[in-house]
Amino acid sequence: MEANKVLDAKGLACPMPIVKTKKAINDLESGQVLEIHATDKGAKNDLTAWAKSGGHELIKHEEENGVLKFWIKKG
Amino acid sequence: MTVNAMTSKEVTNKVFNKEALFILDVRNESDFQDWKIEGENFEYLNIPYFELLDGVEGIIGKIPTDKEVLVVCAKEGSSVMVAEMLSDAGLTVSYLKGGMKAWSEHLEPVKVGDLKDGGEIYQFVRIGKGCLSYMVVSNGEAAIIDSTRMTDVYLEFAESIGAKITHVFDTHLHADHISGGRVIAEKTGATYWLPPKDATEVTFNYQPLEDGNDVEIGNVKINIHALYSPGHTIGSTSFIVDEKFLLSGDILFIDSIGRPDLAGLAQDWVGDLRESLYKRYRELSEDLVVLPAHFMIIEELNEDGSVAEKLGTLYSKNHGLNIEDEAEFRRMVTENLPPQPNSYQEIRETNMGKINPDDEKQREMEIGPNRCAVR
Repeated sequence: MEANKVLDAKGLACPMPIVKTKKAINDLESGQVLEIHATDKGAKNDLTAWAKSGGHELIKHEEENGVLKFWIKKG
Repeated sequence: MTVNAMTSKEVTNKVFNKEALFILDVRNESDFQDWKIEGENFEYLNIPYFELLDGVEGIIGKIPTDKEVLVVCAKEGSSVMVAEMLSDAGLTVSYLKGGMKAWSEHLEPVKVGDLKDGGEIYQFVRIGKGCLSYMVVSNGEAAIIDSTRMTDVYLEFAESIGAKITHVFDTHLHADHISGGRVIAEKTGATYWLPPKDATEVTFNYQPLEDGNDVEIGNVKINIHALYSPGHTIGSTSFIVDEKFLLSGDILFIDSIGRPDLAGLAQDWVGDLRESLYKRYRELSEDLVVLPAHFMIIEELNEDGSVAEKLGTLYSKNHGLNIEDEAEFRRMVTENLPPQPNSYQEIRETNMGKINPDDEKQREMEIGPNRCAVR
């Protein structure tokens, strides 16, 4: 999937993955996609809930070798 | 303004003492709904931390200034952030040290009684998850029943009272938490007893626990008598300690009874459950003090934080022991059951030794309430 920007949040503990995601998505235009890499297990539920509450769309997520990857489309 | 760290032990004391506490839980809504810190006089506000990144102005008015305030999250990080923001806004608040992860793992030892010829029995209350385990101590020796995976707590406690752990028991193959029995037995050289009918698939050596087995602890001959009581699992075994205490495992709780479905055989086991509760236990002395392996609701705790009640009292008050009609009983324990514990299949496989998840994974598997009972 083509992302407009990639955010590396690996090794960061909660709340930093979301703090950084929020900052990164502020720099994007509506409709653009942010790809996030995180290792904090809690990121999955939190990013899903955060995207929903912020009007963004979690398009896809997958796990690869312990790294959680998310693609969020800015609303 | 200050931000204090409150420990799980301090929160546990507030639960036991029925103190007031205002909990601002900043986990996401579904995690909060699934499982939270329970206390009789606790109040709650659930606002996910990610909705507070731009500031806490919007919730300041909802936080009382005349009560102690505790900010809670999964692992601590977000609660520290929110607590600092609230502090900057002029409030005095604490955060829960180690978050719900630490809360899930906290064990509070409570003495539940003395034994006839010297010795004591302790209940380890896993307050966050509702699991209860036991240590029977007599004359420098100790037995542990239904231990959790936080094995250091038992080892350190035994050392602090100068007791050597010689026997470790599990009343059944647990589906809601990972047993520390095998690890404790390995570390101390104690004998690890399991009901063989629950252990047909285990990958390690154990001592088969059969109906009528008697085990003695210490020279004073504290007697632990095994009583086969199937129903929650096919192997479920209770213990009568010192002819005074009935360790009922997951068969009988204070305000509920065991559920028969966690190994996928509810219809097969419901008859066993009925027989254990309505016949086998009926034949025992009503003066026995029932010590279960779980509590479900905080109201089941006694004044001192212990979870214990006389068998006779349970026969008059516990709804699950008072269903005359067998068909109705069958319906109650097989229909409309609460959700099954998180990861219960993986937990069973871990307890059989089939899989060996690392500590972090084990912690994650156990997150949430125990859900072993039906009311």
